[in-house]
Amino acid sequence: MSATTVNRRGFLQVGASAAAGLLVGFYLPEGSKLAAQTADAASARLNAWIHIAPDDTVTFMIHKVEMGQGTVTSLSQLLAEELECDWGKFRTEFPPVDKAFGFQGVVGSQSIRTSWDPLRKAGATAREMLIEAAAQTWGIDKSACRADSGVVINNSTNARLTYGKLAGAAAKLPVPTNVALKDPQQFRFIGKSMKRLDTPNKVTGRTQFGIDMRRPGMVYAAIARCPVFGGKAASFDAVKAKAFPGVKQVVQTSRGVAVVADNTWSAIQASRLLDIKWDEGLNANQTSANISRIFAERTQKPGVEVSKTGDVAAGLSGAAKKVEAVYEAPFLAHATMEPMNCTADVRPDGCDVWASTQMQTLAQGAAAQASGLPPEKVRIHSQFMGGGFGRRGMTDYVTEAVEVSKAIGAPVKVTWSREDDMHHDNYRPASYSKFEAGLDAAGWPVAWHNRIACPSITNSSGQPPQNGIDRTSTEGSHDMGYGIPNKLVDYHWTEVGIPVTYWRAVGYTQNTFFVESFMDELALAGGKDPVELRRKLLAQNPRLLGVLEQVAQKSDWGKPLPAGRFRGVAVVNNVGSYTAQVAEVSVDQGKVRVRRIVCAVDCGHVVNPAIVDQQIRSAIIYGLSAALKGQITIDKGRVQQNNFNQYDVIRIDEAPVVEVHIVASTQNPGGIGEAGVPAIAPAVANAVFAATGKRIRRLPIQLT
Amino acid sequence: MATIRFNLNGKPQSADIIPEMPLLWYLRDSLGMTGTKFGCGMALCGACTVHVNGQAVRSCVTPVLSLTGKNVTTIEGLSADGSHPVQIAWNEGDVPQCGYCQSGQIMSAAALLEKKAKPSDADIDEVMRGNICRCGTYQDIRHAIHRAAEIKGGKA
Repeated sequence: MSATTVNRRGFLQVGASAAAGLLVGFYLPEGSKLAAQTADAASARLNAWIHIAPDDTVTFMIHKVEMGQGTVTSLSQLLAEELECDWGKFRTEFPPVDKAFGFQGVVGSQSIRTSWDPLRKAGATAREMLIEAAAQTWGIDKSACRADSGVVINNSTNARLTYGKLAGAAAKLPVPTNVALKDPQQFRFIGKSMKRLDTPNKVTGRTQFGIDMRRPGMVYAAIARCPVFGGKAASFDAVKAKAFPGVKQVVQTSRGVAVVADNTWSAIQASRLLDIKWDEGLNANQTSANISRIFAERTQKPGVEVSKTGDVAAGLSGAAKKVEAVYEAPFLAHATMEPMNCTADVRPDGCDVWASTQMQTLAQGAAAQASGLPPEKVRIHSQFMGGGFGRRGMTDYVTEAVEVSKAIGAPVKVTWSREDDMHHDNYRPASYSKFEAGLDAAGWPVAWHNRIACPSITNSSGQPPQNGIDRTSTEGSHDMGYGIPNKLVDYHWTEVGIPVTYWRAVGYTQNTFFVESFMDELALAGGKDPVELRRKLLAQNPRLLGVLEQVAQKSDWGKPLPAGRFRGVAVVNNVGSYTAQVAEVSVDQGKVRVRRIVCAVDCGHVVNPAIVDQQIRSAIIYGLSAALKGQITIDKGRVQQNNFNQYDVIRIDEAPVVEVHIVASTQNPGGIGEAGVPAIAPAVANAVFAATGKRIRRLPIQLT
Repeated sequence: MATIRFNLNGKPQSADIIPEMPLLWYLRDSLGMTGTKFGCGMALCGACTVHVNGQAVRSCVTPVLSLTGKNVTTIEGLSADGSHPVQIAWNEGDVPQCGYCQSGQIMSAAALLEKKAKPSDADIDEVMRGNICRCGTYQDIRHAIHRAAEIKGGKA
């Protein structure tokens, strides 16, 4: 394969040999939520590749990874659409992490949003080059040719040349600019429920997840870590551990003691036999009750203003009626089905890492730091993930595996037990939310004040909040979609010694519960129906109003339900999408049973309706586990939950029927992986209020 | 170490192994059969489900020692090519998302269909509640089990 070059516009690069076929790289803007979406040509980065082999196979070297959210399939649809591929000859691979690809990661439901234009342009550009190559072969103008399903066709003679045959010649052509994209009316793949490309291997057990990695000469390790966050091993006695069958070696790591064995089970069992004296550090006395107390104390005083409209003090003092409430949400573990794990092979000249990671580039940096090698000597091999939900955005498990491999001089797979996973997660932050609102004489809200105390996610990731504001702590509140003339959201950045991180839908998971529950309190106080109140306050927010109206209609809001069933509603705008949910619940002897969820979602232009539907249903079950069951509690600085018996999740017998209604839209795509999470907890809590008269102000929802 | 003889996916298997080692780790680490997954180690999540003499069992708590003379089937042996009715139905419905729990889900469902050719929703709840899916594919699993029952019963 010849060297690739970046052309002057920095957008496309092409390189090929006849044997290797056409190789097209293209630029994709990577996005933090705040990053500008326009990329300066000079700063352009290359981060994905098309490879057309002589046998007509089109391989998409996908720069993103798959954790169930459907990226492999839906990104392929974007590319295949404009490339006019034969879907049956389309393949995907995860290439090794490379600086040439730019920053690689899957977070914030960004994959479709950031790939929508660039991937289609890349496909279209490659298609035009293939057509031009065919036209030159036939000695005709390219306007007399068309591309269809992996072949270029001569319009007058119906002669055909396959992409595989054309690829070598096409690769030598200049890269066209400003290639026209297809009219959406002509879409064959985008907007269609293409079957998932990853299904066949997932029903036969052949899909290789990180935990399935095996290397020649590989050993297996498990690590005992300090049960208190931030603590370290002061000393240890490994006699019993070393005597366990299969154990080879015991080595200390930066945050624990690793047992190396010839199988995973021996490593995990023996790690529990280590006699370790911990230096527990500063957090050894922390408790959930104390954390709650700290939050309550901090919120006695004003915090840093995050958003402000009008004059809340004046609005409150002039109000005919005032409503106050305090809400709380607990820490949550991610509990991916595949426990954390990583395989590393550190050698003097380089390091290979096989990991299921959401943040490939950060994994490379972590491995470089732990190995002492420069990043370009670290090869990250991305594996399928058995769930991510934000947990695999962290790199702690990569660091540990690299440390162990370096210490023992052999390839090693470090596997976390479920208990390790539960005790040493970074958690969805616990949060505390105080509300004060005023209603006018007609019962409509005129003032809204929300004060929040919450640990900072960015701080846990090494970036202390600027000016004391971490918007992941207040999102869902400071950006809520309701038009109220006087609004204030203020925030107390409050660290309590428990590491936190991104958890599917992040700050919206707790703040939407707070906001949408309190909104129901205002509806009650003002004598309004919950939908009627939201309809009025969303008059200036057409897309959120649209999903509210649709969910009200599809759920028969306002019409009688069977005896013993009650409804609750909630709406949210997150990750560029708009969602409304109505929950139908029954309550029997203090047990909440969620019967049915109706969800309307406007996520802009839909790439794959079946995957949107899947992701919404998935997010609702994930959010429902948290709403009804999820809590990580702290005592003596330790997480008290060990395994799924103490951190149970929704199972099939408790899973409600979920109906998803997708709003037709030609707007640019929104995110979908996280869109369905936030509204479920408040929709259920509001339904529980309708059923019992008990207002749920603390999660999880527990009536007894 | 001990030598334990049993049948694995229809072939005789002789395991020289720490006798207390759970079948899960023998499959994954000793034999490299990684289709069976580790989820909890305590029979709480079902990711490691295999069949022993046709019954669905959690391989994470099943010592190899207990298998002498028994027939063990894993996801690799359920069919050679994904053609078991449950796999066909799973494929048709695009059931998996991340896919990690699905070997266990499929093995539990396949054992259920051996007992009940046409399981009710209540039958499905009772058996499948032992298998956690964090992607929340439960609705699709339920549909796929009903569909697999049709396929198995001869309805295309």
